Amino acid sequence: MNKIFLVIKREYLSRVKKKSFIIMTLLAPVFLAGIIIVPAWLMSRETTDVKKIAVVGEGSRLFNGKIPSTRSLKFDFLTDANPDELKNNFLEQGYYGVLMISPKITYIPNAIQLYSQKQPTMDITSHISNALEKEIEREKLEAYNIEDIDKILKEIKSDVNVQTILISDTGEEKKTSTGLAMGIAYISGLMIYMLTFIFGAQVMRGVIEEKTSRIVEILISSVKPFQLMMGKILGIALVGLTQFILWIVLTLAIVGTAQAVLLPDMNVGSARSQVVESVMSGVNESAGEQVQAIQPQLNELQGLLQAIKSMNWGLIIGSFLIYFLGGYLLYASLFAAVGSAVDNETDTQQFMIPITIPLLLGLFVSMSAFQNPDSSIVYWCSFIPFTSPMVMMARIPFGVPGWELALSMIILLLSFVGMAWLAAKIYRIGILMYGKKPTYKEMFKWLRY
Amino acid sequence: MGYFVAKDIVKQYSNHLALDKVNISVPKGSIYGLLGPNGAGKTTLIRIINQITAPDSGELKFRGEKLKPEDVAYIGYLPEERGLYKKMKVGEQALYLAQLKGLQRQEALKRLKKWFQKFEIEPWWNKKVEELSKGMQQKVQFIITVLHEPKLLIFDEPFSGFDPINTALVKKEILKIRKKGATIIFSTHDMGSVEELCDNITLIDNGKTLIEGPIDKVRNDYASNRYEIIFEGNVNLLTASLSHLYKIVENQSKNGLTSLTIDLMGDISTNDVLNILLQAGQVRSFNKVIPGMNEIFIKVVKDSKIQEK
Repeated sequence: MNKIFLVIKREYLSRVKKKSFIIMTLLAPVFLAGIIIVPAWLMSRETTDVKKIAVVGEGSRLFNGKIPSTRSLKFDFLTDANPDELKNNFLEQGYYGVLMISPKITYIPNAIQLYSQKQPTMDITSHISNALEKEIEREKLEAYNIEDIDKILKEIKSDVNVQTILISDTGEEKKTSTGLAMGIAYISGLMIYMLTFIFGAQVMRGVIEEKTSRIVEILISSVKPFQLMMGKILGIALVGLTQFILWIVLTLAIVGTAQAVLLPDMNVGSARSQVVESVMSGVNESAGEQVQAIQPQLNELQGLLQAIKSMNWGLIIGSFLIYFLGGYLLYASLFAAVGSAVDNETDTQQFMIPITIPLLLGLFVSMSAFQNPDSSIVYWCSFIPFTSPMVMMARIPFGVPGWELALSMIILLLSFVGMAWLAAKIYRIGILMYGKKPTYKEMFKWLRY
Repeated sequence: MGYFVAKDIVKQYSNHLALDKVNISVPKGSIYGLLGPNGAGKTTLIRIINQITAPDSGELKFRGEKLKPEDVAYIGYLPEERGLYKKMKVGEQALYLAQLKGLQRQEALKRLKKWFQKFEIEPWWNKKVEELSKGMQQKVQFIITVLHEPKLLIFDEPFSGFDPINTALVKKEILKIRKKGATIIFSTHDMGSVEELCDNITLIDNGKTLIEGPIDKVRNDYASNRYEIIFEGNVNLLTASLSHLYKIVENQSKNGLTSLTIDLMGDISTNDVLNILLQAGQVRSFNKVIPGMNEIFIKVVKDSKIQEK
């Protein structure tokens, strides 16, 4: 037993000390944190830069004050200004652009023009057209002279937002988010697929290296082939765990510091209160319309926050680690057997097919799991050990009975033991075979030696 | 009873019989030559001794007891197909392999330092293996093989890749190790070193033992009634009275010396021949011709091939 630890130690240290490992471990979190932090940072930058737009033209009187300002847009209604003059010097006056509204607007909807030096974004143009459309609609409705039109409109306006609530066996209710569940399912399925492939291939390359460098004969005169194989598989599993944990810790650390430095007033909690604040002030300031515009967003955000809180993170992270390890161990045994059978990496392709196909199948089924987590193919694939790591991970956020989870894990574990036993049989013959690439038939024979 | 005994070892691969009831018995403290043409089954036998592969049937005994998996700690093996981790540092690697053989880290470190000094390779400690030449790697491998002071050593072509200076150095070390009491199994195609080092040999071909025994006995057994005689003067042995009882194979005269090679036939004894020679001239030397291992090897393997046909 002592020897297998020596092998694990060597496999682990020789990889962890490699420059490529250190670089990958450090760079990936920077990249990942960048993906998280840069958009948020850019967004926060944008809001500080308020674009002022001058609204002019004869028609502007009709809409005085009817285009609401936003965090990044401010509208000045210069009803008396000379439009042609302003068109020439709006930049000097500190305006981003000039919005010309002709009086014919009610019957010629195109009679509105935005002059600017830079191409305005979709946000700006759609904000303006939305506001104007609404105002024109209102005007036109008013022209019908229906009594209490405002009240009627308010009453018929409806806003539908489906909230999903799970009722557990004990009758406890939980607000959830389908989007969040899908996100977790998607990310964990993909991660398991990628990590299994990356670290499984490392096992295979390691075996080929030992075989081609011919050190294997020296090694197995000291340790049993099974010890050597398992030592390698477990050593690389530890490398994978180390890298994975470092990625998470470093990413969180970078995001944390970057947030503190770049966006001192932004974190999930305060983002929420900011929205609430702006809504509250909106209530005081203007009509309920603004509130109505933001209300669904607010609901969604609150729902998401609630869903994040209600997710059983311990279960998800724990299951992820178990399925990542279980899936990796199962496939790594196969990778080791393939590596032992060939003399160089180019010969592996033929034998990779039986490994790649179940892995890909698992990924595809797990992707379909977020549309229909209870379909029979998803259900069965979450027990078949070759696909269960990905598929079950995709099912977990939607809720899985405990016994199914336990059964799936036990099947995975037992399959790993069986697979390691079979792989070791191929491995101990394969590592001593040089020259001709074996056929599947020959490899099958090795199983019976 | 030998120190290491393999009895009736049979190993069948899918399409051929690699070993067919092979027997070896290695006496304690001896150097045992394992000979045979390529593909004879030597590597298979060596792998079986190292418990890398298991025989289909047969018995292996080490120090009088059945060979156990733990015995690998007392066996050192230098395979013919040998290599090291290319990207790993020399010292680190030697330490790892020594620990795999069961040595404690500190002890391994101490012994490695000593061997590295002896072989004058201390500067290589922190070099990667891929930076070393083939001969340098061989030296490191030799050290790794003997470091745990095994009781039984198996060297498969230990001198391949060495220059004459290093060959001599390694030979000296092998003899020293033997003197300390280790038993050595030595497989090579270099018959010169077999004659020089081995006490016993076995010759296998096609999975069968062809000859086994002490090397001197084997050579004597294969010696024919051939003698080499050198004497002064020029004697016409053909006219001698017993000339029908021997056959002259070679007859050369040079600088007043004649060297003759003759095969004795029938009942004639060496003394009879000497008597004739003593009357004919001054005898310088009279030797029985003992065949070299090279000759025996070729003859035995050829004969067994003919027999099979």
